[in-house]
Amino acid sequence: MMRKASAALPAGTFILLIAALWEAGTMLLGIPHYIIPKLSDVFVSMWDNRQTLAGHFAVTLGEALLGLGLSVALGTLAAVWIEGSRLARKTLYPLIVASQTIPIIALSPIMVLWFGYEVWSKVAVVILFTFFPIAVNTADGFRSADPEIGDLMRAMGARKRDLFLKWKLPSALPGFFTGLKMAATISVGGATLGEWLGGESGLGMYTKRASNMLRAEAVFSGVLLLSLMGILLFLAARLAERAVLSGRFPGEQGR
Amino acid sequence: MSGLQVQAEERAGTQPGGTGGSGSRLSVRPAILSVRGLTYGFSRAEPLFAGLDFDVREGEFVSFVMPSGMGKTTLFRLLAGLLAPQAGTIAVGEERAAAAEASRLGHIGYMPQRDSLLPWRTVLDNAALGLELRGTPKREARHRALELLPVFGLEGTERKHPHELSGGMRQRVSFLRATLGGGKLLLLDEPFSALDAMTRAGMQEWLLQIWERHRKTILFITHDVDEALLLSDRVLAASASPVSAFSEIAVDLPRPRDCGAVLEERFIRMKRELLRLLGRETRGSGGDRR
Ligand SMILES: Nc1ncnc2c1ncn2[C@@H]1O[C@H](COP(=O)(O)OP(=O)(O)OP(=O)(O)O)[C@@H](O)[C@H]1O
Ligand SMILES: [Mg+2]
Repeated sequence: MMRKASAALPAGTFILLIAALWEAGTMLLGIPHYIIPKLSDVFVSMWDNRQTLAGHFAVTLGEALLGLGLSVALGTLAAVWIEGSRLARKTLYPLIVASQTIPIIALSPIMVLWFGYEVWSKVAVVILFTFFPIAVNTADGFRSADPEIGDLMRAMGARKRDLFLKWKLPSALPGFFTGLKMAATISVGGATLGEWLGGESGLGMYTKRASNMLRAEAVFSGVLLLSLMGILLFLAARLAERAVLSGRFPGEQGR
Repeated sequence: MSGLQVQAEERAGTQPGGTGGSGSRLSVRPAILSVRGLTYGFSRAEPLFAGLDFDVREGEFVSFVMPSGMGKTTLFRLLAGLLAPQAGTIAVGEERAAAAEASRLGHIGYMPQRDSLLPWRTVLDNAALGLELRGTPKREARHRALELLPVFGLEGTERKHPHELSGGMRQRVSFLRATLGGGKLLLLDEPFSALDAMTRAGMQEWLLQIWERHRKTILFITHDVDEALLLSDRVLAASASPVSAFSEIAVDLPRPRDCGAVLEERFIRMKRELLRLLGRETRGSGGDRR
């Protein structure tokens, strides 16, 4: 615990410093409040609207988590398929990688077209953003499996199932978690974008509406909460990674 | 140490013909491995083996000494069943006809050149892997591995992961895994080449002790001529590619041996002979060159 606390100290100090600069800067430089509101005003606005914000927070978090969960399922399946079938490796894998040259944002309105203004269009946008890192990192993880270990296991009589469960799968875990951490961070952005394209609730919708009404404090409180959500999701992914990998791989000693 | 020696001597004494040199004692044993007309080469490369014949008898310790890149590891992969010969047969144990590669998979203990431990498994689970793959229930496999840890100098490390071990310990885990996993035949691919000289000498003595107690058939690859002579009953050498026959040296040093054997005159004579077979002259080998 002591070590954790002291590790968080530099980052915490830095955040406080930025907060102080923000507060002092807006006061001293006389920046108009509709450009950058005072940090204290943002917190006041956050507190005044706490019930509304909590509701929107939950909506956006739900969309992000739902999309993330589906991406984990679909991305892992795709990676297993790419690993298991030569054909998929030659067709699907390059396609997934190439698909990254398409600006995903440009595809997002199509999701609205297909899934409407309900929660599913947001979930679809989240999947659009998070599928790639999970699928590709997991597939690369499978491919990074040490062939000498595979040979050794075959020499010891391993069957296909053993090879997958005891060699390929554990080898892919670090790659999978790298993908998951990336996806966790992006998922909030995906959900926000989905809400911008049309929606009745969520922090993305809240900030956009506040922006239209030039309520800077509300915009900033929405943005701060979205950032917080991204950080929380990332930390959760990292916690899961630690729990699964700690002590098992060099450089993942945990603690 | 001395207790072990006595034990081994007693055992040797009770065997018929045990007083003779190791070569004569072993020659009556049946062949456990018989290779005929083995031919293999990687595509777009010179062939490595062309019509190679050799036998290994049960309980024998045989070393292979060949220059780097000539196919020692490839030979072991062929023997283990990981590669299929392009021509010729490899017969293990009782089987008369050489069976398919697949039938050898799972029946030969193989210790690869790099230790190839599974980084996500503990020492115990690494050691038990072979048993596990052959269908032994996990609990029993672990139990049997745990029993052997002290013999392999790994007591108290069962919960550690490979990256927490020293190089010598990792090699021992890998060796234990091969011992537990395979049948009567053990293939060891340069098990000590990554170790420093001190650790290596200790490991050699240790291997001799283990082997003299358990007498599995061991096929051993090494670059080190001293190591080959010190450990083996026979040394098979080759220096020209493709290999179509091995030159053989029968090592008639008495057992049990220890590292002191390298100073004996007989040993030095054999070493000179082996270096000649490998096409390497020794600088110290004397006046006949200068
Ligand atoms: N999978 C492979 N594909 C193609 N060529 C290979 C392959 N594995 C080995 N070779 C080649 O076959 C030759 C023999 O390799 P091998 O690993 O058997 O040598 P070695 O005698 O074990 O060498 P060392 O003593 O350095 O371990 C080398 O020239 C190597 O480049
Ligand atoms: Mg080799």
